[in-house]
Amino acid sequence: MKLGKPERMIINGRRLDGRGLYELRPIKMKVGVLKNADGSSYLEWGGNKILCAVHGPRELHPKHLARPDKAILRCIYSMATFSVKERKKPGPDRRSIELSKVIREALENVVFLHLFPQTVIDVYIKVLQSDGGTRCASIVAASLALADAGIPMKDLVAACAAGKVDGQIVLDLFEIEDNYGEADLPVAIVPKTGEIVLLQMDGNMTREEFEKALELAISGALKVYELQKKALYEKYGASYETKR
Amino acid sequence: MRPRDEILANIKRNFILEVLRSNKRIDGRGFNDYRKIEVKTGVIKKAEGSALVRIGNTEVLAGVKLSIGTPYPDTPNEGALIVNTELVPLASAMFEPGPPDENSIELARVVDRALREGEVLDLEKLCIVEGEKVWLVYVDIYSLNYDGNLFDACCLAALAALLDARFPKLEDDRVIYEEKTSVRLPIKNYPLEVTYAKIDEYIVLDPCYEEEEVMDARITFGIKQDGSICAIQKGGRGSFKREEILKLYDNAVEKAKYLRSFLNI
Repeated sequence: MKLGKPERMIINGRRLDGRGLYELRPIKMKVGVLKNADGSSYLEWGGNKILCAVHGPRELHPKHLARPDKAILRCIYSMATFSVKERKKPGPDRRSIELSKVIREALENVVFLHLFPQTVIDVYIKVLQSDGGTRCASIVAASLALADAGIPMKDLVAACAAGKVDGQIVLDLFEIEDNYGEADLPVAIVPKTGEIVLLQMDGNMTREEFEKALELAISGALKVYELQKKALYEKYGASYETKR
Repeated sequence: MRPRDEILANIKRNFILEVLRSNKRIDGRGFNDYRKIEVKTGVIKKAEGSALVRIGNTEVLAGVKLSIGTPYPDTPNEGALIVNTELVPLASAMFEPGPPDENSIELARVVDRALREGEVLDLEKLCIVEGEKVWLVYVDIYSLNYDGNLFDACCLAALAALLDARFPKLEDDRVIYEEKTSVRLPIKNYPLEVTYAKIDEYIVLDPCYEEEEVMDARITFGIKQDGSICAIQKGGRGSFKREEILKLYDNAVEKAKYLRSFLNI
């Protein structure tokens, strides 16, 4: 058994941060926050603070990596050294390389890369403060920044995790639940088509629990999707309410 | 993949799709079939446990080495399992020497995830002196020949090697590697990985190299002997529908059972 694990993480249907089982943490999003980037976004999701910048489509160096038929998408997920309890060594580690890969693959599903042959679109994600669920938060921020950069996409990518804590299926795990819970299931979807573009899981769930958690994560992602659209409408004029 | 290879893969993709449309695969298998599987244990005498696994032409070798170390501060009464694998240039013309790339890292982390989260070992039984001395179990997996689906092959090899392993003799804190005891590792669960590739609308089990080269998406399930799930990893720019995932989960439980039949447990 791990030291430091709270004895109970759900008490009378409430979680340690006061949420109900199926409740999201408070989320704030803003687009167009960095002057130099072609598109950018800032996201606060519970205790997560994430900044994302998109540069491109632009000329690709080294040139031999360029594709004659489409743009390539590069994605770098990285955590600030002070974003976690014990200082994280700067530079890419194995976890962030894997996360960069799965985030990129989720985004590649929606971006119309064939419109920009020979170029690169760079997506830089910086986790300034982490509180569990950063990969979902990063995808949400990245698709906003891509939209802010005016890059054509079939839809935004929305994401949310579900998991298992104290034997119960819950939505949107925060750090303590992520560390000491029994399972974590991050899911990213293309809301318009219902496609699942990112799916990872670690921990232990039965068939029934998995089905319930998958359902719950998708419903969470759909709520996040509404917030994403709202953030874009806030910058780009037309009121969100009238456009609905 | 280099741009030239990608263009070639596009041409191959059309051919592979044509075959899939006629309900077959390029190597003659059904969509839900594994290739021929072979598991050979005890192949490396210097290792505490070892296994050579073949799935078709994919060939991987796993070895288990044990040593004494200090426990992690947050788990003072538990030993540790350290799983690693790399895509070495020995196994394919496409793998290059140098630091591991993202595919190599993903493979290692996903194989590790299934074994760790599936609690393959009872780590508390690896404790020698609480807070001071524990057994560290290293599983290193080398791909010898790559023909697709390294996930399932590596996980199967790792589990077979762990089952094959025996503790070496321990004499006043010194490990006598030359003398193996008859004591097996404290195996708690039998997690295995089952991988599918999606090419256009078709989903096939155990993709071979050509299929992996042209696939849109891939999904790997880590399944324990009781049918519960301990790991998932989706890869590729394609997508899966919710119903597809649930159907594949059920199928993966059956296939994991089939893989387990090669382990004589």
